[in-house]
Amino acid sequence: MAGVSDAELKAMTQEERVTALGMRTEQLTGKSLYMEFDPDAEERFVYPWAPEVDYNKRTELDTGDMTTTEVNAQIRDLMNEGYGTIVLKDPRGKHSIGTGILSRLNLIIEGSIGYFGVGLTDGPNVRITGRVGWSCGENMMSGTVVIEKNAGSTFGAAIRGGDLVCMGSVGSRTGIDMKGGTILVGGDTGALSGFMMQRGRMVVCGNAGKNLGDSMYDGTIFIGGDIKSLGVDAVEEEKTNLDKAWLTRKLTQYGLMPDKGVDHFTKVVSGKMLWNYDNLEPTEKKMIL
Amino acid sequence: MAGTQYRGSEIKDVDQFLEDAEGLGSEREKEIGQHIGYRYDVNLVPDYNRITPYLTKYMEVMGWDDLNWLEDVHMGYEEGAPAVFDRNINGWVRVPSSMNLPDNQQDRDMLAREFLLKFQMSDRHPLGTLRKAYAKF
Repeated sequence: MAGVSDAELKAMTQEERVTALGMRTEQLTGKSLYMEFDPDAEERFVYPWAPEVDYNKRTELDTGDMTTTEVNAQIRDLMNEGYGTIVLKDPRGKHSIGTGILSRLNLIIEGSIGYFGVGLTDGPNVRITGRVGWSCGENMMSGTVVIEKNAGSTFGAAIRGGDLVCMGSVGSRTGIDMKGGTILVGGDTGALSGFMMQRGRMVVCGNAGKNLGDSMYDGTIFIGGDIKSLGVDAVEEEKTNLDKAWLTRKLTQYGLMPDKGVDHFTKVVSGKMLWNYDNLEPTEKKMIL
Repeated sequence: MAGTQYRGSEIKDVDQFLEDAEGLGSEREKEIGQHIGYRYDVNLVPDYNRITPYLTKYMEVMGWDDLNWLEDVHMGYEEGAPAVFDRNINGWVRVPSSMNLPDNQQDRDMLAREFLLKFQMSDRHPLGTLRKAYAKF
């Protein structure tokens, strides 16, 4: 902004002021790397570095006396040996179990785990027979995670892809900052679920607490029960036939389909009244720095 | 349909952002000189009647009953060219101009999913290079 005085800015029209402040020269778009897809690319289904695992090759791991680091390292070693199904026994509520698995795998955890379980995953199918603590499936990229009992708060925080399923109820701030993927809850969810949600889908068969979808930017929330209150800029919308078909398929897939079908689900989306961001912010930052 | 009915994100035609690269619809967009929001409907769920054989095979290999993370992949438009956003590199990857695009968004989305998947699983994906340089395990 150097070279433009306050008096000059005041004398300008809005159009001129916008240009003078650099708002037209600094764009948030233009992220293209100018890379093109190869239409004849080889048909592969896993990352080039992924270990070759066989779902029929199964092993069990007694984790009772192991540390989290040891368990996670052991999972990677077993995958490198080709094991495609790994059963973790006696997890004793350990935190951060099963994180960072970046390939296909069947992981079965017999028992309950602590916080940040099976986060940062990209591909595995996980089943947990017990309960999970805070932030289960945090930053998950793809795959499926099914929890047979209840989950703590911030379930699926910042999830980016895949299906994260809790057959029971979950705490507050479910799907906070979620950027994709699907969160399914068989029971109820707490306050501020879907807070700052950016995209993806959340389905709750039971009730939702206060401020559902507060400040959500985009994405879709379906609630089967009562909604205590909607958050800022969260609005109800009519379901489309495609929505109903998707809900029916997804809920059936995980055995959560209610007897009365999906017609009673309330669809909540962003009202998009908070879509006010522009490219002033980076300009302001430059001025400050 | 969500994402198609609000000021800057209003999508009237499947070729809208190919024909009008700037796509500045609202007064607010014209004021700030850029498009607000995505150039596709992020909430559009896939029509599984249009799935391709390659994607079906991928689901089998991964042990999934549906497209999983690919449900969030759509064909978008960057600077007037069809492109797909690759979350692994935080950037758009373009569809070759020689490709004939289907005439509806659902088929375009399936094409986008195929392209993105093949690209991510290939040796030419930048994540491979980053992995060689920085991976700890």
